[in-house]
Amino acid sequence: MSTNGTRLALALGGRLEPRPRAGLRRHDVARRAVPPLIVGVALLALWQGYVAVSGVRESIFPSPLEVGRALVRDRSLLLSSAWTTLSEILLGYGVAIVVGIALAVAVSSSRLVERAIYPWLVVSQMIPIPALAPVVVLWTGFDIRPKLIVIALVTFFPIAVNTIDGLRATDSELVGLLRTLGAGRWEILRIARLPGALPYVFSGLRVAAAFAVIGAVFAEWAGSTSGLGYLVLTYNAQTLTADVFAVIVVLAVIGVALFAAVGVIERLAVPWWRVDE
Amino acid sequence: MKLAARGLAKRFAGGEVEALADVSVELAEGEFVSIVGPSGCGKSTLLAILAGLLEPSAGEVLLDGAAPAGGLLGAIGYMPQRDLLMEWRTTLANATLGLELAGVGRGAARERALAEVGRFGLAGFEGRRPSALSGGMRQRAALLRTFLAGRDVLLLDEPFGALDALTREAMREWLLGVWEADRKTILLVTHDVEEAVFLSDRVYVMSGRPGRVRTEVTVALPRPRTLELTATPAFAQLKERLLAPLREEARAALGSA
Repeated sequence: MSTNGTRLALALGGRLEPRPRAGLRRHDVARRAVPPLIVGVALLALWQGYVAVSGVRESIFPSPLEVGRALVRDRSLLLSSAWTTLSEILLGYGVAIVVGIALAVAVSSSRLVERAIYPWLVVSQMIPIPALAPVVVLWTGFDIRPKLIVIALVTFFPIAVNTIDGLRATDSELVGLLRTLGAGRWEILRIARLPGALPYVFSGLRVAAAFAVIGAVFAEWAGSTSGLGYLVLTYNAQTLTADVFAVIVVLAVIGVALFAAVGVIERLAVPWWRVDE
Repeated sequence: MKLAARGLAKRFAGGEVEALADVSVELAEGEFVSIVGPSGCGKSTLLAILAGLLEPSAGEVLLDGAAPAGGLLGAIGYMPQRDLLMEWRTTLANATLGLELAGVGRGAARERALAEVGRFGLAGFEGRRPSALSGGMRQRAALLRTFLAGRDVLLLDEPFGALDALTREAMREWLLGVWEADRKTILLVTHDVEEAVFLSDRVYVMSGRPGRVRTEVTVALPRPRTLELTATPAFAQLKERLLAPLREEARAALGSA
């Protein structure tokens, strides 16, 4: 259970191991970017070809070109909605980081606290949070609060679990050494445990980034008057399927951007540790 | 006596495993003493007790003739076997750890560390991460961290155990130089008899589990010492005096297995 987050991060983000710092050369970038680009273009071509050959109706299955046209046509609404959703995501994600790390520190501070809290952390993830979203809206109304709560609920868990793993992984001999140098438990946390846990924290942040977008869409579906999730509902009700796809593209871009941003921050914050993308 | 341990015993796992039985060691001020013993003789356990990390099951530890008021923890310098340098700190920031924890300001701590990097062979590597250092440099950085913490008594647990033979020899000579300049009281644990003779004023030989002091050998070789000393007959004789009881221990361990 406890390493699920890390494993997912590995699946999403590559290998977990320290690597010497090496500059990214231009041909490295090309070597990394070209294969997925080829696959992407091939999939789009297949999609376009299928729509053209099968004669399926646009309202059922729009072609990539039609989705592209919808993207251009709806651009101003998409942009303002994207801004709404992005701010919800960033705020909810921020809350999740603070709550997740605080919980992890609390849980790893003593066996008793761990026994008391950890099972409930797990239980909190067994609740289907999308099902809870309408209730949260009922309590808090249509403003940003329910979105914040729902996003934080789906994203704090991978952050907390990975941080707990990281704090646990602290070398006990290092802790002993610090004690002989006069360090108390807070100094040990600040000097050794938290910095040592950072690579794990970032694994959690990557997974959480992927969950955050899903959380935002569910939260908006439960009750909102703006945002990309709301836009999906509106377009879908009018069977403007190409426009629905356009929104999905924007949502995906936000998710990827968030994931990439976490990677960039990780490089800056944990330069001694490199996760290969 | 600077440091005196009397009748130390340690049992683990609810008394099932007896690691140490009645160990007494003494170190005079400025003395360099080594402990050699077969693996599993409780050398590291002994150091952990002296460092205040483990409570002995019996016995007492006196520093300057009395049990330290605030406990042993933090009163004695301790260098574990592994260098335990933190990768998220530069070499210098690792070395100043003890000063930082003692409340010395960042600038002052840096200054004091920078004054020592030359002597510890780390000049030019102050700002590098530990992964950029060689094995010998890492150990010297860990030793610098121990020295800078400013304790009078230092416990060194096989500081050169993981190094290749040539580096190890060079490090021994270097450590003697550092010690002769500062005259700290050092208790070194090693399984290397040559190392013990070359560095020490006295050597304790420990028995296999449960660990106790089997014999004590005084090394009356002149100082300052250089590596050439290791080729003299007097040196070989001392080595043999340490090896004989150790060989017996090894045979006994094989016989009882």
